Amino acid sequence: MVHGELWTIKELFVTPNEYIYWSIQIVMYPFMTGLVAGAFVLSSLYHVFGIQKLKEMARFALVFSFALLFIAPLPIMLHLQFPFRGVMIFMTPHFTSAIAAFGIVFFGYGAIVASELWFLYRKHFVETALRLREKQDKTLVEWFWYVVFCSLTLGVYDISEESLHKDEKAIKFLAGLGIPVACFLHGYAGFIFGSVKANALWMTPLMPVIFIMSAIVSGIALCMLTYILTMEIRKLLAARKRASHARYRSQEELKSVEISVMQMTSKYLLAFMVAAISLELLDIIFRGYTAVKSWDILRSVIYERDFADIFIMQYGIGNLLPLILFLLPGLTIRRAILGSVLVLFGVFMMRWNVVIGGQAFSLTFAGYMHYHLPIIPHDWETFKEGLGGALSIFIMPFVLFWVISHIFPLFEQEEAH
Amino acid sequence: MLDLSQSAQSDGGPEMITRRNFLKNTALGIAGAALPLAALEIVDPKKLFAQVAAETTSVRWVFLVDTYKCVGCGLCVKACKLENEVPYDANVTRTWVERYVLTKKGKMYADTPKGARDGFTTAKIDLGADGLKDISGEGIEKAFFVPKLCNQCENPPCVQVCPVGATYQAADGVVLVDRTWCIGCGYCIMGCPYGVRFFHPVYHTAEKCNFCYHRITKGLKPACVQACPFGARQLGNIKDPNDPVTQVIRTQRVGVLKSEFGTKPQVYYIGLDEEVR
Amino acid sequence: MKNHVLRPLFAVIGIVILILLARMVLVPKDFGVHERGYMYGWHRRGNEEDWKKIKVKYQGKEYCKDCHTGKYDSINKTPHRSIQCENCHGPAIEHPSDPPKLMIDKSRAQCLRCHFPLPYPSSGRSKIKGIDPDKHNPDIECSTCHNPHNPMEGLR
Repeated sequence: MVHGELWTIKELFVTPNEYIYWSIQIVMYPFMTGLVAGAFVLSSLYHVFGIQKLKEMARFALVFSFALLFIAPLPIMLHLQFPFRGVMIFMTPHFTSAIAAFGIVFFGYGAIVASELWFLYRKHFVETALRLREKQDKTLVEWFWYVVFCSLTLGVYDISEESLHKDEKAIKFLAGLGIPVACFLHGYAGFIFGSVKANALWMTPLMPVIFIMSAIVSGIALCMLTYILTMEIRKLLAARKRASHARYRSQEELKSVEISVMQMTSKYLLAFMVAAISLELLDIIFRGYTAVKSWDILRSVIYERDFADIFIMQYGIGNLLPLILFLLPGLTIRRAILGSVLVLFGVFMMRWNVVIGGQAFSLTFAGYMHYHLPIIPHDWETFKEGLGGALSIFIMPFVLFWVISHIFPLFEQEEAH
Repeated sequence: MLDLSQSAQSDGGPEMITRRNFLKNTALGIAGAALPLAALEIVDPKKLFAQVAAETTSVRWVFLVDTYKCVGCGLCVKACKLENEVPYDANVTRTWVERYVLTKKGKMYADTPKGARDGFTTAKIDLGADGLKDISGEGIEKAFFVPKLCNQCENPPCVQVCPVGATYQAADGVVLVDRTWCIGCGYCIMGCPYGVRFFHPVYHTAEKCNFCYHRITKGLKPACVQACPFGARQLGNIKDPNDPVTQVIRTQRVGVLKSEFGTKPQVYYIGLDEEVR
Repeated sequence: MKNHVLRPLFAVIGIVILILLARMVLVPKDFGVHERGYMYGWHRRGNEEDWKKIKVKYQGKEYCKDCHTGKYDSINKTPHRSIQCENCHGPAIEHPSDPPKLMIDKSRAQCLRCHFPLPYPSSGRSKIKGIDPDKHNPDIECSTCHNPHNPMEGLR
């Protein structure tokens, strides 16, 4: 079986070499990079524009963006026929290709987020390093953490008020610089599709913008969801340990903070969601109006074969329902959870409908290809390009997020100011 | 919060970082880091825009297909597979033949069973998962066969989108793939409007027709050209005015596929019908 | 401590230098911009020679002429003269040293490539005489009665 043959069913007139080459991992890739960009933009809303109510969320979102950043290249690694040759994108980049921008953009963006995190957590690194240095007999684990935190200080131990103010300026600069870079990060992912003139569905200048807008939507939704999750864990801990640990806030305090942050964040979610939906509807309406050569086959794909995927799953369940849920007054945590999950589903379906939908019709405009995702893996290929691979990628950021929260604590110990 | 903008005027005490200094240092740092990037060898303007070869090489390969002569025997597809070591039973091929049948009812049917590796040995139309369609009742208005292969475009979109420089165009116009460099991303396959590219089932790199580069550079003809019993396929050099193919292209009515993409394909067709995809 | 703010930048520059050093090791010297410019000509030059070195398999009719003169001459007198020997006998490669013997594709499918009748107006196919494979001696090889080098021999 050639690559792609296993999960492609061809109908009517399809040329011999056409298969669905870009399958689930190529759907996951823009989904994950979208989350990266979206989480960062959310964090920057506080650092750059000083929206005080988002302060709680900002730190959280930045750390999550960093965790996601490491996971984002994984779908590509799983998709490549030669994953280890992928490093050649850094060695012999061909910048006429949007994918070659991957090297520069990811690295640049990673540098910005890492630097911003360094400035944000520098005080914590120095304090922990010094505390561990003073400890006389360290266990092996403590030695390990000592080395980690010492290296993380980058040799700078000055945590005077003056240096911390310099840090704040640096954070603001980086957060500001990072917004266009984050947009570029996901804009180029949209450009990868939008610039493929051979594909009648993908080729549109709107593609990068649509991708950016829906990326921000997904990033905000994911952060909202994870924030609620961590807050619920904190509330649980607060209920249990209220007596012994004074630093945990009371349940009531946590709850009120949670709701106000949710309400603030959901406003931004709605704004970007409206932008994303408008652009996508504009694209469909424009195509139908101009009705170029490809319109016949595209119409049959959009309005007939993929009708359920597009209008029911993506626009209905993934956009309209959460729009209503968030617009209704008196937002509760439960509604926020449901809304965020549906939004994430909607953004995922958007990626699916673009990537898979673009391969649902043949270059002949007279044939179709049907994609059936491998569910039960029976070898490495059907795992990595199947449901197993997709789910693994989706779970990993949460795992990594939990791991790095030991280095970057998510919630401030002292919340005095 | 300290008003840092004043520190530029005040003196004495430790040096304060001003926004201006910070930005200046950052810019200098980035500029300094950019210098070693010259190792990437893309900043030489002459090389960037060099199309010097276009004027100095004496060979630019082109292909001519005569759709009146093609009978759909598929011997070209078989020869190509064996010459170029594309596994015979794999459902991919560097070249293929399409059949178009226009019935008296005004319907157009087209198929390419296994890329015509075994020829066309039934009048029924192969519709893939939809089975075989018996159109014997409909009456045939016109029908013909169209061989297809890589167009070795003058502006190859597949080369443009390769992220690592694994696929490229040689000076004589043939587009090649470096099997040791291809990372297998599939962008070139998605980028080709003609669907000529695929993943080689053994090498797992991108693969496509290269006009039998190993043969034409030795003065031989491509395997498909040699195998065709009816002379439907011909290779030529557009830079040689005495080449018979060049003369046909210059003096007869010929067409190319999908010219609207701006790729400037170099496979020319005699008798190209408007129904051809 | 002046300018601790620049520390992360130095770390980043350090990583860039590492990448450039790795590049010096991993990328072959002949990789660069060649005749067709950066957009179309960015590649490893040595690969062009790699492709030229691929082994030629099909040798063409003239390669068979000197040893198989009889068969060569007889087929040239028939309408089958335009068919290459290797179309039915497979690629000669380095025959007779390797392979010492060439197969013969005697299947009905091979002949039906041209001789399954398809009455397509405006195509050369309609000019080739054909048979209905289900009715015309369906269970034997064509070559039982037809000599491929002289198809109507003894049959008219």
